Amino acid sequence: MAELRVIPTRMELKKLQTRYQTARRGHKLLKDKRDELMRRFLEVVKRDKELRERVEAALKAAYAGFDLAAAVTHPKILEESLMLPKKSGEIAVSYRNQMSVTVPDFAMIESAVGDSDTYNYGLISTSGELDNALTALGSVRRDLLLLAATEKEAQLLAEEIERTRRRVNALEHIMMPRYLAAIRQIKMKLDENERGNITRLMKVKDMMVAAQYREKHDFFPDEEEA
Amino acid sequence: MYKIGMIGDRESTLCFLPLGFSVTEVNSAEEAAKALRQMAATQEYAAIFVAEDLARLIPEELDRYKDAPLPAVTVIPGRAGGEGYGLAQLRKAVERAVGTDILK
Repeated sequence: MAELRVIPTRMELKKLQTRYQTARRGHKLLKDKRDELMRRFLEVVKRDKELRERVEAALKAAYAGFDLAAAVTHPKILEESLMLPKKSGEIAVSYRNQMSVTVPDFAMIESAVGDSDTYNYGLISTSGELDNALTALGSVRRDLLLLAATEKEAQLLAEEIERTRRRVNALEHIMMPRYLAAIRQIKMKLDENERGNITRLMKVKDMMVAAQYREKHDFFPDEEEA
Repeated sequence: MYKIGMIGDRESTLCFLPLGFSVTEVNSAEEAAKALRQMAATQEYAAIFVAEDLARLIPEELDRYKDAPLPAVTVIPGRAGGEGYGLAQLRKAVERAVGTDILK
Protein backbone atom coordinates (compact mmCIF):
# COMPACT_ATOMS: atom_id res chain seq x y z
CA MET A 1 0.00 0.00 0.00
CA ALA A 2 1.22 3.40 -0.92
CA GLU A 3 2.03 5.29 2.23
CA LEU A 4 1.07 8.84 2.83
CA ARG A 5 4.12 11.08 2.83
CA VAL A 6 3.89 13.39 5.77
CA ILE A 7 6.07 15.75 7.70
CA PRO A 8 6.39 14.42 11.24
CA THR A 9 5.17 17.38 13.23
CA ARG A 10 2.57 17.73 15.92
CA MET A 11 0.61 20.03 13.63
CA GLU A 12 0.46 17.39 10.92
CA LEU A 13 -0.52 14.75 13.47
CA LYS A 14 -3.41 16.85 14.66
CA LYS A 15 -4.55 17.42 11.08
CA LEU A 16 -4.35 13.74 10.25
CA GLN A 17 -6.25 12.77 13.35
CA THR A 18 -9.09 15.11 12.38
CA ARG A 19 -9.12 13.70 8.88
CA TYR A 20 -9.22 10.18 10.21
CA GLN A 21 -12.17 11.02 12.42
CA THR A 22 -13.99 12.57 9.46
CA ALA A 23 -13.28 9.53 7.32
CA ARG A 24 -14.60 7.27 10.05
CA ARG A 25 -17.78 9.27 10.42
CA GLY A 26 -18.23 9.37 6.63
CA HIS A 27 -17.67 5.66 6.42
CA LYS A 28 -20.36 4.97 8.99
CA LEU A 29 -22.83 7.30 7.28
CA LEU A 30 -22.19 5.85 3.84
CA LYS A 31 -22.58 2.35 5.19
CA ASP A 32 -25.96 3.30 6.61
CA LYS A 33 -26.88 4.90 3.31
CA ARG A 34 -25.91 1.78 1.44
CA ASP A 35 -28.01 -0.42 3.69
CA GLU A 36 -31.07 1.80 3.33
CA LEU A 37 -30.60 2.07 -0.44
CA MET A 38 -30.40 -1.67 -0.65
CA ARG A 39 -33.59 -2.09 1.35
CA ARG A 40 -35.48 0.30 -0.90
CA PHE A 41 -33.94 -1.18 -4.01
CA LEU A 42 -35.14 -4.65 -3.15
CA GLU A 43 -38.63 -3.28 -2.58
CA VAL A 44 -38.59 -1.59 -5.98
CA VAL A 45 -37.29 -4.73 -7.63
CA LYS A 46 -40.06 -6.80 -6.10
CA ARG A 47 -42.65 -4.31 -7.28
CA ASP A 48 -41.08 -4.14 -10.71
CA LYS A 49 -41.03 -7.88 -11.12
CA GLU A 50 -44.70 -8.26 -10.27
CA LEU A 51 -45.62 -5.37 -12.50
CA ARG A 52 -43.65 -6.78 -15.40
CA GLU A 53 -45.28 -10.15 -15.11
CA ARG A 54 -48.68 -8.50 -15.11
CA VAL A 55 -47.90 -6.23 -18.04
CA GLU A 56 -46.41 -8.99 -20.13
CA ALA A 57 -49.44 -11.19 -19.57
CA ALA A 58 -51.79 -8.33 -20.44
CA LEU A 59 -49.80 -7.46 -23.55
CA LYS A 60 -49.89 -11.06 -24.66
CA ALA A 61 -53.66 -11.07 -24.32
CA ALA A 62 -53.94 -7.79 -26.22
CA TYR A 63 -51.71 -9.10 -29.01
CA ALA A 64 -53.86 -12.19 -29.24
CA GLY A 65 -56.85 -9.90 -29.69
CA PHE A 66 -55.03 -8.10 -32.47
CA ASP A 67 -54.19 -11.36 -34.17
CA LEU A 68 -57.85 -12.23 -34.08
CA ALA A 69 -58.79 -8.84 -35.48
CA ALA A 70 -56.16 -9.19 -38.19
CA ALA A 71 -57.58 -12.54 -39.14
CA VAL A 72 -61.03 -11.17 -39.83
CA THR A 73 -60.03 -7.82 -41.29
CA HIS A 74 -58.24 -7.08 -44.50
CA PRO A 75 -54.64 -6.10 -43.65
CA LYS A 76 -54.84 -2.89 -45.66
CA ILE A 77 -58.00 -1.82 -43.91
CA LEU A 78 -56.56 -2.76 -40.51
CA GLU A 79 -53.51 -0.68 -41.15
CA GLU A 80 -55.56 2.21 -42.41
CA SER A 81 -57.79 2.10 -39.34
CA LEU A 82 -54.86 2.33 -36.99
CA MET A 83 -52.74 4.71 -38.97
CA LEU A 84 -54.14 8.01 -37.75
CA PRO A 85 -54.48 8.11 -34.01
CA LYS A 86 -56.98 10.46 -32.50
CA LYS A 87 -55.29 10.39 -29.17
CA SER A 88 -52.00 12.03 -28.60
CA GLY A 89 -50.37 10.25 -25.73
CA GLU A 90 -48.24 12.62 -23.77
CA ILE A 91 -46.80 12.27 -20.34
CA ALA A 92 -45.96 14.71 -17.65
CA VAL A 93 -42.78 13.93 -15.78
CA SER A 94 -42.31 14.80 -12.16
CA TYR A 95 -39.22 14.06 -10.15
CA ARG A 96 -38.97 12.52 -6.76
CA ASN A 97 -35.98 12.39 -4.48
CA GLN A 98 -35.32 8.84 -3.40
CA MET A 99 -32.29 8.82 -1.05
CA SER A 100 -30.67 11.66 -2.99
CA VAL A 101 -31.31 9.86 -6.27
CA THR A 102 -33.53 11.80 -8.65
CA VAL A 103 -36.20 9.42 -9.87
CA PRO A 104 -38.78 10.29 -12.53
CA ASP A 105 -42.51 9.66 -12.20
CA PHE A 106 -44.73 9.53 -15.25
CA ALA A 107 -48.31 10.71 -15.42
CA MET A 108 -50.47 10.22 -18.48
CA ILE A 109 -52.06 13.20 -20.11
CA GLU A 110 -54.75 12.13 -22.51
CA SER A 111 -55.87 14.52 -25.09
CA ALA A 112 -58.20 13.23 -27.72
CA VAL A 113 -59.02 15.37 -30.66
CA GLY A 114 -62.73 15.95 -30.38
CA ASP A 115 -64.72 14.36 -27.62
CA SER A 116 -65.97 11.29 -29.41
CA ASP A 117 -64.86 7.79 -28.51
CA THR A 118 -61.30 6.68 -28.87
CA TYR A 119 -61.73 4.65 -32.04
CA ASN A 120 -60.61 6.55 -35.02
CA TYR A 121 -62.00 4.30 -37.70
CA GLY A 122 -65.29 3.61 -39.28
CA LEU A 123 -67.18 0.78 -37.72
CA ILE A 124 -68.42 -0.59 -41.02
CA SER A 125 -65.17 -1.89 -42.42
CA THR A 126 -63.71 -3.13 -39.16
CA SER A 127 -64.75 -5.83 -36.77
CA GLY A 128 -65.63 -5.92 -33.12
CA GLU A 129 -62.47 -7.85 -32.43
CA LEU A 130 -60.41 -4.78 -33.18
CA ASP A 131 -62.42 -2.73 -30.70
CA ASN A 132 -61.82 -5.35 -28.04
CA ALA A 133 -58.11 -5.55 -28.77
CA LEU A 134 -57.76 -1.80 -28.54
CA THR A 135 -59.67 -1.62 -25.29
CA ALA A 136 -57.42 -4.33 -23.86
CA LEU A 137 -54.31 -2.51 -24.97
CA GLY A 138 -55.63 0.80 -23.68
CA SER A 139 -55.98 -0.62 -20.21
CA VAL A 140 -52.37 -1.80 -20.23
CA ARG A 141 -51.09 1.65 -21.02
CA ARG A 142 -51.12 2.98 -17.48
CA ASP A 143 -49.28 -0.10 -16.24
CA LEU A 144 -46.80 0.22 -19.07
CA LEU A 145 -45.84 3.68 -17.96
CA LEU A 146 -45.69 2.59 -14.36
CA LEU A 147 -43.40 -0.22 -15.43
CA ALA A 148 -41.15 2.18 -17.29
CA ALA A 149 -40.88 4.44 -14.23
CA THR A 150 -40.31 1.56 -11.82
CA GLU A 151 -37.67 0.01 -13.99
CA LYS A 152 -35.90 3.33 -14.32
CA GLU A 153 -36.00 3.72 -10.55
CA ALA A 154 -34.47 0.27 -10.12
CA GLN A 155 -31.68 1.07 -12.55
CA LEU A 156 -30.90 4.42 -10.97
CA LEU A 157 -30.89 2.95 -7.48
CA ALA A 158 -28.63 0.14 -8.66
CA GLU A 159 -26.16 2.68 -9.95
CA GLU A 160 -26.26 4.63 -6.70
CA ILE A 161 -25.76 1.49 -4.64
CA GLU A 162 -22.77 0.53 -6.73
CA ARG A 163 -21.26 3.96 -6.28
CA THR A 164 -21.92 4.06 -2.55
CA ARG A 165 -20.43 0.62 -2.13
CA ARG A 166 -17.29 1.73 -3.88
CA ARG A 167 -17.03 4.75 -1.63
CA VAL A 168 -17.50 2.67 1.50
CA ASN A 169 -14.84 0.22 0.34
CA ALA A 170 -12.42 2.98 -0.60
CA LEU A 171 -12.79 4.56 2.82
CA GLU A 172 -12.61 1.30 4.69
CA HIS A 173 -9.76 -0.36 2.87
CA ILE A 174 -7.66 2.50 1.56
CA MET A 175 -8.21 5.88 3.16
CA MET A 176 -8.60 4.85 6.79
CA PRO A 177 -5.65 2.42 6.93
CA ARG A 178 -3.51 5.03 5.19
CA TYR A 179 -4.36 7.67 7.75
CA LEU A 180 -3.78 5.23 10.58
CA ALA A 181 -0.39 4.29 9.19
CA ALA A 182 0.61 7.92 8.79
CA ILE A 183 -0.54 8.74 12.32
CA ARG A 184 1.44 5.82 13.69
CA GLN A 185 4.47 6.88 11.73
CA ILE A 186 4.33 10.43 13.04
CA LYS A 187 3.80 9.24 16.59
CA MET A 188 6.81 6.96 16.37
CA LYS A 189 8.93 9.69 14.90
CA LEU A 190 7.84 12.13 17.60
CA ASP A 191 8.54 9.57 20.33
CA GLU A 192 11.92 8.92 18.82
CA ASN A 193 12.68 12.63 18.86
CA GLU A 194 11.52 12.81 22.44
CA ARG A 195 13.80 9.96 23.46
CA GLY A 196 16.68 11.53 21.57
CA ASN A 197 16.04 14.75 23.40
CA ILE A 198 16.03 13.09 26.82
CA THR A 199 19.23 11.22 26.04
CA ARG A 200 20.83 14.44 24.92
CA LEU A 201 19.74 16.23 28.08
CA MET A 202 21.06 13.44 30.24
CA LYS A 203 24.35 13.52 28.40
CA VAL A 204 24.58 17.29 28.73
CA LYS A 205 23.80 17.06 32.41
CA ASP A 206 26.53 14.44 32.86
CA MET A 207 28.95 16.67 31.05
CA MET A 208 27.95 19.64 33.18
CA VAL A 209 28.33 17.67 36.38
CA ALA A 210 31.73 16.45 35.27
CA ALA A 211 32.76 19.98 34.38
CA GLN A 212 31.62 21.30 37.74
CA TYR A 213 33.49 18.56 39.51
CA ARG A 214 36.62 19.27 37.59
CA GLU A 215 36.30 22.98 38.17
CA LYS A 216 35.94 22.45 41.86
CA HIS A 217 39.02 20.28 42.03
CA ASP A 218 41.04 22.58 39.78
CA PHE A 219 40.17 25.47 42.02
CA PHE A 220 41.15 23.77 45.25
CA PRO A 221 43.80 21.32 44.16
CA ASP A 222 45.14 21.00 47.72
CA GLU A 223 41.91 19.85 49.19
CA GLU A 224 42.01 16.67 47.24
CA GLU A 225 45.45 15.79 48.40
CA ALA A 226 44.66 16.56 51.97
CA MET B 1 -44.64 17.57 -21.82
CA TYR B 2 -42.98 14.45 -23.12
CA LYS B 3 -43.79 11.91 -25.77
CA ILE B 4 -43.85 8.16 -25.49
CA GLY B 5 -41.76 6.30 -28.00
CA MET B 6 -42.07 2.79 -29.29
CA ILE B 7 -39.55 0.96 -31.43
CA GLY B 8 -40.40 -2.34 -33.02
CA ASP B 9 -41.32 -4.21 -36.12
CA ARG B 10 -44.35 -3.24 -38.19
CA GLU B 11 -46.70 -5.65 -36.47
CA SER B 12 -45.82 -4.54 -32.96
CA THR B 13 -45.75 -0.83 -33.59
CA LEU B 14 -49.09 -0.84 -35.34
CA CYS B 15 -50.82 -1.86 -32.14
CA PHE B 16 -49.42 1.09 -30.23
CA LEU B 17 -50.28 3.71 -32.80
CA PRO B 18 -53.87 4.19 -31.66
CA LEU B 19 -52.67 4.71 -28.08
CA GLY B 20 -50.90 7.85 -29.13
CA PHE B 21 -47.37 6.48 -28.93
CA SER B 22 -44.85 7.89 -31.36
CA VAL B 23 -43.78 4.75 -33.09
CA THR B 24 -40.77 4.04 -35.24
CA GLU B 25 -40.93 1.01 -37.39
CA VAL B 26 -37.63 -0.80 -37.80
CA ASN B 27 -36.58 -4.08 -39.31
CA SER B 28 -33.02 -4.60 -38.18
CA ALA B 29 -30.74 -4.13 -35.20
CA GLU B 30 -28.93 -1.23 -36.87
CA GLU B 31 -32.16 0.56 -37.60
CA ALA B 32 -33.36 0.00 -34.06
CA ALA B 33 -30.13 1.38 -32.60
CA LYS B 34 -30.35 4.40 -34.87
CA ALA B 35 -33.99 5.02 -34.02
CA LEU B 36 -33.29 4.77 -30.30
CA ARG B 37 -30.41 7.19 -30.55
CA GLN B 38 -32.46 9.65 -32.53
CA MET B 39 -35.32 9.49 -30.08
CA ALA B 40 -33.02 9.98 -27.11
CA ALA B 41 -31.19 12.82 -28.83
CA THR B 42 -34.37 14.88 -29.28
CA GLN B 43 -34.95 14.78 -25.51
CA GLU B 44 -38.66 14.85 -26.19
CA TYR B 45 -39.23 11.31 -25.06
CA ALA B 46 -39.60 10.38 -21.42
CA ALA B 47 -40.30 6.73 -22.03
CA ILE B 48 -39.18 4.61 -24.94
CA PHE B 49 -40.44 1.07 -25.31
CA VAL B 50 -38.43 -1.36 -27.37
CA ALA B 51 -39.79 -4.63 -28.66
CA GLU B 52 -37.96 -7.54 -27.14
CA ASP B 53 -36.71 -9.28 -30.26
CA LEU B 54 -34.95 -6.09 -31.34
CA ALA B 55 -33.79 -5.06 -27.86
CA ARG B 56 -32.00 -8.36 -27.55
CA LEU B 57 -29.76 -7.38 -30.46
CA ILE B 58 -28.70 -3.97 -29.10
CA PRO B 59 -27.82 -4.46 -25.42
CA GLU B 60 -25.07 -1.83 -25.42
CA GLU B 61 -27.49 0.78 -26.79
CA LEU B 62 -29.91 0.03 -23.97
CA ASP B 63 -27.14 0.29 -21.38
CA ARG B 64 -26.28 3.74 -22.61
CA TYR B 65 -29.41 5.28 -21.07
CA LYS B 66 -29.37 3.36 -17.81
CA ASP B 67 -27.79 5.98 -15.60
CA ALA B 68 -29.70 9.03 -16.84
CA PRO B 69 -33.08 9.93 -15.30
CA LEU B 70 -34.58 10.27 -18.79
CA PRO B 71 -35.42 8.60 -21.09
CA ALA B 72 -36.63 5.41 -19.47
CA VAL B 73 -35.89 2.71 -22.01
CA THR B 74 -38.06 -0.30 -21.30
CA VAL B 75 -38.10 -3.65 -23.00
CA ILE B 76 -41.54 -5.08 -23.68
CA PRO B 77 -42.50 -8.22 -25.54
CA GLY B 78 -43.30 -7.57 -29.19
CA ARG B 79 -45.94 -9.19 -31.30
CA ALA B 80 -43.54 -12.04 -31.96
CA GLY B 81 -43.60 -12.92 -28.27
CA GLY B 82 -41.19 -12.53 -25.42
CA GLU B 83 -38.80 -14.80 -23.64
CA GLY B 84 -38.12 -12.71 -20.58
CA TYR B 85 -35.49 -10.32 -21.86
CA GLY B 86 -37.17 -7.52 -19.93
CA LEU B 87 -36.76 -9.48 -16.73
CA ALA B 88 -33.15 -10.14 -17.69
CA GLN B 89 -32.60 -6.38 -17.71
CA LEU B 90 -33.91 -6.20 -14.17
CA ARG B 91 -31.66 -9.12 -13.26
CA LYS B 92 -28.69 -7.16 -14.52
CA ALA B 93 -29.61 -4.21 -12.33
CA VAL B 94 -29.91 -6.50 -9.30
CA GLU B 95 -26.57 -8.05 -10.07
CA ARG B 96 -25.02 -4.63 -10.30
CA ALA B 97 -26.40 -3.55 -6.95
CA VAL B 98 -26.21 -6.70 -4.90
CA GLY B 99 -23.30 -8.37 -6.60
CA THR B 100 -25.19 -11.54 -7.32
CA ASP B 101 -28.47 -12.52 -8.91
CA ILE B 102 -30.97 -13.03 -6.13
CA LEU B 103 -34.04 -13.07 -8.37
CA LYS B 104 -34.60 -16.75 -8.73
